[in-house]
Formats: sequence, C-alpha cells, structure tokens
Amino acid sequence: MSEDAKDPKPEAPKPVPETTTAAAAPAAAAKPAAPAKPAPKPLPTPVYNEADGRLLKERRLWPTDMWRDPWSQPRYRMAWVKLIVLVAVALGAALLLGEVGRFAVPVTSFLLEKGAAYGLPAWAPGLVWALVKIVLVLHVPLLSALVFVWWERKISAHMQSRLGPMYVGGFHGWLQTVADGIKLLLKENITPTAADTWVHRLAPAVVVAPALLAFAPVSFGKDLSAADLDVGLVYVFAMAGVSVVGIMMAGWGSGNKYSLLGGLRSAAQLVSYELPRMFAVIPVIMFAESLNLADIGAAQGGYWFGVLPRWFIFYPVVGQLSFLIFLIASVAETNRIPFDLPEAESELVAGFHTEYSGMKFSLFFLAEYAYMTLACCLAAAFFLGGGTAPLSFLDGFLPSWAWFLGKVLALVFCFLWFRWTFPRFRVDRLMDFNWKFLLPWSFANIALAGLYVMVLS
Amino acid sequence: MMSHYAVLFTFALVAVGFSAVALVAAQLLRPSVHEAVKESTYECGMESVGTTEVKTNIRFYLFALLFVIFDVEALFVLPWAVTVRALGPVALVEMMVFLVILFLGLAYAWGKGALAWDFPVKKPISGD
Repeated sequence: MSEDAKDPKPEAPKPVPETTTAAAAPAAAAKPAAPAKPAPKPLPTPVYNEADGRLLKERRLWPTDMWRDPWSQPRYRMAWVKLIVLVAVALGAALLLGEVGRFAVPVTSFLLEKGAAYGLPAWAPGLVWALVKIVLVLHVPLLSALVFVWWERKISAHMQSRLGPMYVGGFHGWLQTVADGIKLLLKENITPTAADTWVHRLAPAVVVAPALLAFAPVSFGKDLSAADLDVGLVYVFAMAGVSVVGIMMAGWGSGNKYSLLGGLRSAAQLVSYELPRMFAVIPVIMFAESLNLADIGAAQGGYWFGVLPRWFIFYPVVGQLSFLIFLIASVAETNRIPFDLPEAESELVAGFHTEYSGMKFSLFFLAEYAYMTLACCLAAAFFLGGGTAPLSFLDGFLPSWAWFLGKVLALVFCFLWFRWTFPRFRVDRLMDFNWKFLLPWSFANIALAGLYVMVLS
Repeated sequence: MMSHYAVLFTFALVAVGFSAVALVAAQLLRPSVHEAVKESTYECGMESVGTTEVKTNIRFYLFALLFVIFDVEALFVLPWAVTVRALGPVALVEMMVFLVILFLGLAYAWGKGALAWDFPVKKPISGD
C-alpha cells in the first residue's frame, strides 16, 4: 500500500500567536526577519454524519491542504527524495548501458556464426535478427501506451488538485493501466445487430496495425531502428494515412448514426491536417537533404558558436514556424484535445468508437497513444536534433537514445498538458484553421526555407 | 542479413498478427451472453430511428477532393526538397511558381466557398 493509505501522524496543533495589529507592522519589518516558520496547518478533524456515524471527511491531507506549506510535510520532502533517486537510477542505467546500437554488430555476427555451425539455411539468422529488432521496437508503442495512460491520469489529477490512481501496484498506482487492460480483455465483445459485422470487427485491426508499423523506420538513437529506410519519412506519413480507412470502417460499420458522423468528421479532419503536417516537414527535408529519419537527426549534429545545438527548431523564423505547424497538426492527427471533434462526447457520444467494447475498444485506445508517441518521436527527430545533446559540453555524457527519450517525454508532457489547457474547437473553426491559416503559412514557410538554403549554400 | 524492405514485410506480418491475436484471445476469454437490448444501437438511450444509410453532407466529399489534389502536390515537392541544393536557384524559382499556382488554386476554392463548413443558405423569399 502506498504511503497515502497510512494515516500520517497529526502534528500537534500549535496555536498561532496572535499577530500584532497592522499599525505595528512597519516596526516589525525594520527588525531582522523573524526566523520562525509559519506553523504547519493542523490536520482536519474527521467529520462524521450525526445520524448514522458515517465518515464524511477523513483525517488526511488533501493536496490543497498540503500545498499551503508543502515543506513542512514529510511526505512532500520524501517525494523529492524519491524523484531524485528515480532520476539517478535512470541516469545510472543509461550510463551503464551506453549506446545500445553497438550491440548490433556482435549479435548479428554471433547469429551468422551459430547459423553456419548448426547448418541452418542462409535466411534463418537474418529472420531471427529481424524478429528480435521487431519485438524490441514493438515495445515502444505498447509500453508507451501503458505508461502514458497512467501518466496522463496522474497529470490530469494533479492539475485539478486530485490524486489520481493511488492503489493498484503500490507506488502511485503504477499498475493501474495493466489492471484496466486486463479488465478490457475480459469484457464482453458486443457486436450490435445493426452493424456490418466484418467491417465492424476488422476496423480496430486496420487502425492499430499501421500505428505499430509506422514505428519501423523511427531512429531511437545511434543505429537503433528496425528498418533504416531511405524513404522513412514518406513511409511514416503513408502508414499514418492508412488509419483513416480503419476509422471510416469503424464509423460506417457500426450501424450507428453518431459513429457515422464521428467517422466522417474524423476522416475530414485527419485528411486535412495531414497536409500542413507534410508541408511543415519540407523545410526540414531541404535543410537535411534526406528522407531517412536517422540522417535527418544526424544532420542536426554540431554546435553554433561551440555551444548552441544546430537543431532545426533554432533556424530563425523557419524552424519555429515549422515546429509550431507540425506540433498543432500532430495534435490534430492524434485526435487529442483541442482537436477531439471525432469523439466529442458532448455531441457524438464517443464518435466512431461508440459501439466498441472490450478488446476492440482498447485497440483503438492503443492506436491513439501509439500515434501520440510517434508524433513526439517525429518532432524530436525533425526539430529537436534526434539523439544529439542539447549543449556542447553535454555531448557524449549520455547515450543518444537517452537524449531522444528525454525529448520525447518532454513533448508527450506538452501533449498531455494541452488537454487540460485548451477548450475544444468548433467543427467549422477547426477546418477553417487548417485550410485558411496553417496551409497558407506552411507554403510561405517553404518559400522562406528556399531562400535560406540559397543564401547558405 | 535481410534487406530493410524484407524487415518491413516481416514487421507487417507481426503487426497484423498482433492485432489478430489480441482480438481472438479476447474472443476466447470474454463471456458471451447475447441479448437483444444489449446489442441494439446505442444512441443516448433513445430508440434508434431509421438506418444509417442516410444522405451525408457533400462537404466531406469536397474536402476529400481538395486533399487528393494537395497530397499529390506534396509528393511532387518531396523529391525537389531532397535535392534542392544540387538543383540550384532555377529549380527554386520554378518550385516557387508552382507553389504560387497551388496557392492560387486554394484561393480559388476558398473564394468559391469550397472551404466553408456551413454553406450559405438562401433565405426563403418573404411573403411565400
């Protein structure tokens, strides 16, 4: 059980000495500052219902109480200690592991050697190596869905002075998403009678398979990608486009008018925002002169004035404009707030996944979080230098995958933050924003990037 | 070792296999109690009226058309962007002309009202 379950010992309520009147304040201010800390707020006394003795308010600290004087609370100080220990352990693990990509050559030569020793056919070691890489890369979308769902719930809770999941797994409910996943696996799989059965059943697979496939060319660090494609960028955008078909299938096949509207809206939105997203990346391609995701990251190596990184986001005007357009369009592509029109629950029940339950629903959920992670990976690779260090004297301190992971986590935090900051768009404003604002600006951005390239070369 | 495209093909098999295994495993593990009310269409608790084979608004079709035009243009810009330095300023000017034409197309669609989500509705003539 978490420390939350234990009732923290109530400190003796110290009566605050009656302060002197305001007239005496200037005299008090002239004296050296009083060393006495303000007395910690005493724990609230439990409140019981008079009629039946039911506990109405526990004797516990709510976040709002705690934040009045956090440093007086041992729990708050311990949280910092725990956080520092966690970060130290993560840093130590990163330093210990080093560049993971360096294991590729020994492992492949080992596989080839063993394959020859056991007389296996020539393709067998290659297939084994491919499967190893694929399984490792598949962990990224699957684990990120597990972690980010939990993280989102914690962040949203703390932004609203709640605690969020606290019980499952002990430490801050870290197993909550696993429990939810098992629950969804065991939930009944309802196919409505009005549905077009096979279209309805296949839609989640059509949405989730491209979401997983899109991770194949992503370069997670030095020599860390499943398939180092030369057209990686086009491939990623193509895969993201396939999911629209699955969402249309879900909307049309459910036999529900809200689903149909949600599916159509979703298709219109995804298809529209794909354009500025694509055009925002074209300046990056012009600077990097490559469509290979690893090369685009590597093109941002080196430092200006020996300190500032040569990331594309720091190219004046063009970089920032591209990054903003890409970020906005990515939020729209992942159907997240403020662009969650397809599943606007106050208008469309739940949009295209109204009629989905159990595992079929969780596959949609998985795809959404996989696309969010993918968008953050792409933004980190295109604009934030991939696996390069943010300052020149930090170069080589951590392995490239650790820098990449840090950038992705920072971007994901922004995605989760947006959700609790912006209200939802109206549907016509959403389309206007894309076609009449983002798209013209992305054209102008390409022209400006062209001038830069000509001046620089 | 395998070529990158062979790895991709294997990846596609694994990804499709993953979703198939997830769906089939859920099918085997879940309870299955058929019931007419449970399997009816959920529209906020009201009884569903009519079918979903309704006429949808033409605007979705218009946006899809516009998307096809601009997406193909994006594919045309991509190879130019990769080789922009080798091609030099002439190709840059040509691409700018092309982008201006594209933008004029967008402006035309905008002026014609193809980008409007709500079409202006003609008011009924008073007195009718």
